[in-house]
Amino acid sequence: MLAELRSRPGHDSLLGKLMRWVLISISLLFLAALLIAPLITVFATALAKGIKAYLAVFHDPDTLSAIRLTLTTAAIVVPANTVFGLAAAWCIAKFEFRGKAFFTTLIDLPMAVSPVIAGLVFVLVFGLQGWFGGWLQDHNISIIFALPGIIIATMFVTFPYVARELIPLMQQLGNDEEEAAITLGAGGWMTFFRVTLPKVRWGLIYGIILCNARAMGEFGAVSVVSGHIRGLTNTLPLHVEILYREYNIVGAFAVASLLTLLAVITLVIKTLVERRGYKGR
Amino acid sequence: MAPRAAAGKWTLVQPSILPGFGLTFGFTTFFLSALVLIPLAALVSMAASSHWVDFVHTVFSQRALASYRLSFGASAVAASINLVFGFILAWTLVRYDFPGRKVIDALIDLPFALPTAVSGIALTTVFAENGWLGRYLELAGIKVAYTWIGVTIALTLIGMPFMVRTVQPALAEVQSELEEAAEILGAGRFYVFRRIILPIVLPAMLTGFALAFARAVGEYGSVIFIAGNLPFKTEITPVLIVIRLEEYDYHGAAALGCVMLTISFLGLWAINHLQSWRRGRFAATGR
Repeated sequence: MLAELRSRPGHDSLLGKLMRWVLISISLLFLAALLIAPLITVFATALAKGIKAYLAVFHDPDTLSAIRLTLTTAAIVVPANTVFGLAAAWCIAKFEFRGKAFFTTLIDLPMAVSPVIAGLVFVLVFGLQGWFGGWLQDHNISIIFALPGIIIATMFVTFPYVARELIPLMQQLGNDEEEAAITLGAGGWMTFFRVTLPKVRWGLIYGIILCNARAMGEFGAVSVVSGHIRGLTNTLPLHVEILYREYNIVGAFAVASLLTLLAVITLVIKTLVERRGYKGR
Repeated sequence: MAPRAAAGKWTLVQPSILPGFGLTFGFTTFFLSALVLIPLAALVSMAASSHWVDFVHTVFSQRALASYRLSFGASAVAASINLVFGFILAWTLVRYDFPGRKVIDALIDLPFALPTAVSGIALTTVFAENGWLGRYLELAGIKVAYTWIGVTIALTLIGMPFMVRTVQPALAEVQSELEEAAEILGAGRFYVFRRIILPIVLPAMLTGFALAFARAVGEYGSVIFIAGNLPFKTEITPVLIVIRLEEYDYHGAAALGCVMLTISFLGLWAINHLQSWRRGRFAATGR
């Protein structure tokens, strides 16, 4: 591809060279101000008072409970959304049925909706003055300001990731091999596990890591439904906010550095999957 | 693409030898109803159940209007900044080779992967009065943190990957034969850019603009730290919704939520149309 680039017209002229340096410089400066500077700030501020102060943040019981809550949420949300993504993709990519466009629109919806609205709708359903609020209170079930609310809101925000990755991939790969397997006598589950799953595995991994990153990092939706109860309904991103608002800057950035690390690992895995020849949507 | 009904008989699904339609259709329907349809219905019914005078009063209050102005204004400015810089970034990544290109290419997706609260506090620190960049901007008399400029910067960061990732594949599709032919026929570089490259890439740029704008309008986490959230001044609409909710004004929150939801739907609709326009154009050129 690069050989082809070099042969592009205007590549060797003086003006072309000048343009090239100007544009590369603009790009790098833009990214340095907007992306690299904040990224370095996270680690520089977290370590500003030394490594001891940094590590002390992670001995705080509230931080530990935030880590636990975030991991619990992801452990429930990501598998659930994976199953949903596979089911929705099988249904939408393998069959022609009425209402398919409606399904697709509903799956796209959370991507277009503000995270605050994602939280709001569940408060309206499960909150005290919401649809089921009275009933839930009578039966002593708490959803809003408790773990179930956090899980449901996170699920809403992240469920499209796996499905949106798999649907176009499965549509593009077609049904021929599955039909051959069924014709040769394989059962439905066997066809799924032995034929379909290996075909779509990179797309599946891609969707799962993006879903996981968003599930662990979601702020707006979770903030609305969680009630910010320290040590109880505080996920890592919410803990960052609380520490920051209390002017515990080192603490806030130490926790933020953990989330940044998660983002960087996500990008690395994503790049590795792309090297395998899989192009994300 | 409704299934062809045999002799007028209504069927849900076209016959296929593949199994599992009932199971996956049922599960998907259940999941989407529980997670999307019922909650959205609750939002609409809550907004509809308030008296229309209250509804109008909430939706068109001075404070709400000021928040729309900031949310939509800053999102439009941010998406426009991305229109220019996102294009330059995509151009640089597609056309030029330089040390670190692959790392930069991977970093473009960072705002996707980075939790918004993290980018929020990091940007605030960088652009605060005593921050790395804020102090120089302060010398130039530009206040970024806790003003609408800060909001715009946060929204620019959030929208950037949408623009770059939409324009990149479109730029890669520009055939070098076309450019060469134009050059041989005596066209200058600028003319080639304006008459060949830009028309091919323009639909992608508009889609990228719409995606970046739509994301920016709803953004919450990365904005609230740098904005300062002063009513009438630096308060975005999502923050106003949260405030109404904290006051237990469910009807007010739902009304504002409905306004934003309507605009999101319009955005989705526009993006879908832009995308089918692009597909139509590429189909016409045989690709």
